[in-house]
Amino acid sequence: MITAQHPAGAEVQAPQAARRPVGWLLALAALVAVAFVLDVALGPVRIPLPAVMRLLLGHGGPHDTAAAFIVNQIRLPKALTALVVGMGLAVSGLQMQTLFRNPLAGPSVLGLTAGAGLGVALVMLAGGSAAGGFAVRQLGLSGSWALVLAATTGAALVLLLVLALSVRVRDNAVMLIVGLMIASVTGAVVSLWQYFSAPEQIQEYLLWTFGALGGVTGTHLAVLSTVVLAGLGLAFASAKPLNALLLGENYARSLGLNVRASRTLLIASTSLLAGGITAFCGPIGFVGIAVPHLTRALLRTADHRVLLPGASLVGAALVLACDCLAQLPGSQTALPINVVTSLLGAPVVLWVVLRGRNIRSAHA
Amino acid sequence: MMMPPPPAPLLLAEDLAVGYFPGRKSARVVAGPLQLALYPGELVCLLGPNGAGKSTLLRTLAGLQPPLTGRLEIGGVPLANLSAAGRARQLSVVLTDRFEAAALTVRELVSLGRHPHTGWLGGLTAHDHAQVAAALAATGTTTFAARPVGELSDGERQKVMLARALAQDTPVVLLDEPTAHLDLPNRVALMRLLHRLARGTGKAILLSTHELDLALQAADRVWLLPATGALRAGPPEDLVLNGTFAAAFEREGLAFDATSGTFALHTPTGPTVQIVGEGAAAFWTRRALEREGFVPTAAPAALRVTVPAGPQAPHWLVQLGERPAQSHETIEALLRALPPLIITNEQAVRAWP
Repeated sequence: MITAQHPAGAEVQAPQAARRPVGWLLALAALVAVAFVLDVALGPVRIPLPAVMRLLLGHGGPHDTAAAFIVNQIRLPKALTALVVGMGLAVSGLQMQTLFRNPLAGPSVLGLTAGAGLGVALVMLAGGSAAGGFAVRQLGLSGSWALVLAATTGAALVLLLVLALSVRVRDNAVMLIVGLMIASVTGAVVSLWQYFSAPEQIQEYLLWTFGALGGVTGTHLAVLSTVVLAGLGLAFASAKPLNALLLGENYARSLGLNVRASRTLLIASTSLLAGGITAFCGPIGFVGIAVPHLTRALLRTADHRVLLPGASLVGAALVLACDCLAQLPGSQTALPINVVTSLLGAPVVLWVVLRGRNIRSAHA
Repeated sequence: MMMPPPPAPLLLAEDLAVGYFPGRKSARVVAGPLQLALYPGELVCLLGPNGAGKSTLLRTLAGLQPPLTGRLEIGGVPLANLSAAGRARQLSVVLTDRFEAAALTVRELVSLGRHPHTGWLGGLTAHDHAQVAAALAATGTTTFAARPVGELSDGERQKVMLARALAQDTPVVLLDEPTAHLDLPNRVALMRLLHRLARGTGKAILLSTHELDLALQAADRVWLLPATGALRAGPPEDLVLNGTFAAAFEREGLAFDATSGTFALHTPTGPTVQIVGEGAAAFWTRRALEREGFVPTAAPAALRVTVPAGPQAPHWLVQLGERPAQSHETIEALLRALPPLIITNEQAVRAWP
């Protein structure tokens, strides 16, 4: 047996890399906590940090003050949404990059974002410019159930199509092409609708595409959190298959992985994450593609048992930080989140990836 | 000496046909029907020209693609009855697939071999760590266990992929062209390692390769898959002596020399030259003369090159008929001196019986 001939020098020990990331993960969790508190503390109305802390920790005295209302009804839900969105998008991006072995893959490669966009566009078309626009304005952009339902339906239809195809398709590269083609067709339908629409209708749609973290409160937030938690649960349960998939499909299969079943699980998880988040918050780009690269560069590992929690923490911290900056501290204006994530996040990722030892190792 | 009766085969195939598009009318048979058996402790080399279906056969045996027809058993159990994980505990593979997991360390990569033995999260027990350490030690890769896979040379990478397969701890190991992209010392080292592993661990190791001379030396048995798809199996020496080997690789202008175990690169048509002498110097003289178009022979000829044996430095004596001999100190000088000698004495060369 080969076990018999291992020399005394090769002592049996856990790999060093397995211990180091725990410190990193704790540091990232602390960073997320700081960003969370900052996100709640910042806003057009100035609330002192001690008061914010008291309110967050649940012994803030009277709950009927203006500060308590702002924190509990507006800022806390928004920060929670940012947290959930960051975790969900980052993890779904990581899954897609590993599954398709493509550093450019992200939550949008399966066409889910485009599907949600198509749903929203259809609602606006059906409602007509006046009624639809009115409903949207009355209920708040992302708080409208009509929009959420439309986006969910659109994303879900694309998801069913993708899942149905993924059971039949054997090759992951073919699956990637299928996803991209679905996204392309769906996007083209939306463009067609825009071409034949009045400018006001297009404006409403454009506003939706800017993305928004605010306005997801109460039941919406509960539903979004549940969906994202379910998606994260599926993702974290897939850590072992994801590690095997690093070696490509054939090796994964030779290691005893049921590639088709694993892929279906991963696509289901990504659909829940990306579909749910897009439905409630609109398309938020960049996070899903960039955070996995950022996490790999930070943690210097390809092990998904470390990368999955790592990416969810980095994603949460990044979206919370972007939301802080979107408030333009000290002013009354807030920028759309989709713009901020790309505008401020992309240079950060460029810097991290380019200063790494080589660009190739930035992926997987 | 009497051979002991063969033990039960680890891998058995009966009437196996491999190819593409199973179950369709357009099914394309690449090779078959094949009767195959792999026994514990043997190193088998799968040889054959490009396109004969070596990779297809290996992928089919590994369960990576379904067989067209026939029966395939691993450890006495039909392959179709094994779960993916159960198959992975019986059989490991080293493929030609490239992968991009450059950030994985060697130890992490080898640990992935424990996949079919670990729980749902993939956590490693002390036994798993011991298996990984043993696989690293057996392949001589312990020293770079902490390095990222992306920084390895081709030879190191191949050894690491073998270590990963060993860590999988399976009775059968299949390797698809493991010697490709390796330089000669690495090819020799890998074949030696595989042979030692087969003997030392009782594993059955099957590899496909284009390294004919290495395979002829290292393999316990050879599976010879010619382009016709009719596989012949046996010890390499039998296949050479009964002509199977030469027939499988028969091409226009390509002849297998059963004496040297190599394919003749040149087909000499020039003047006959008698080589007198033995040992390495005579062997390489023969090779040089063949390359120059001479037909070397042991029989008497007009042109005679003598490589005197003895403790002195090698030198070459060239003699045409009964004329006085010239002496040369290198093969280079010998080759330079031959053409003028032949041109000026062409009739003497031709006139010899």
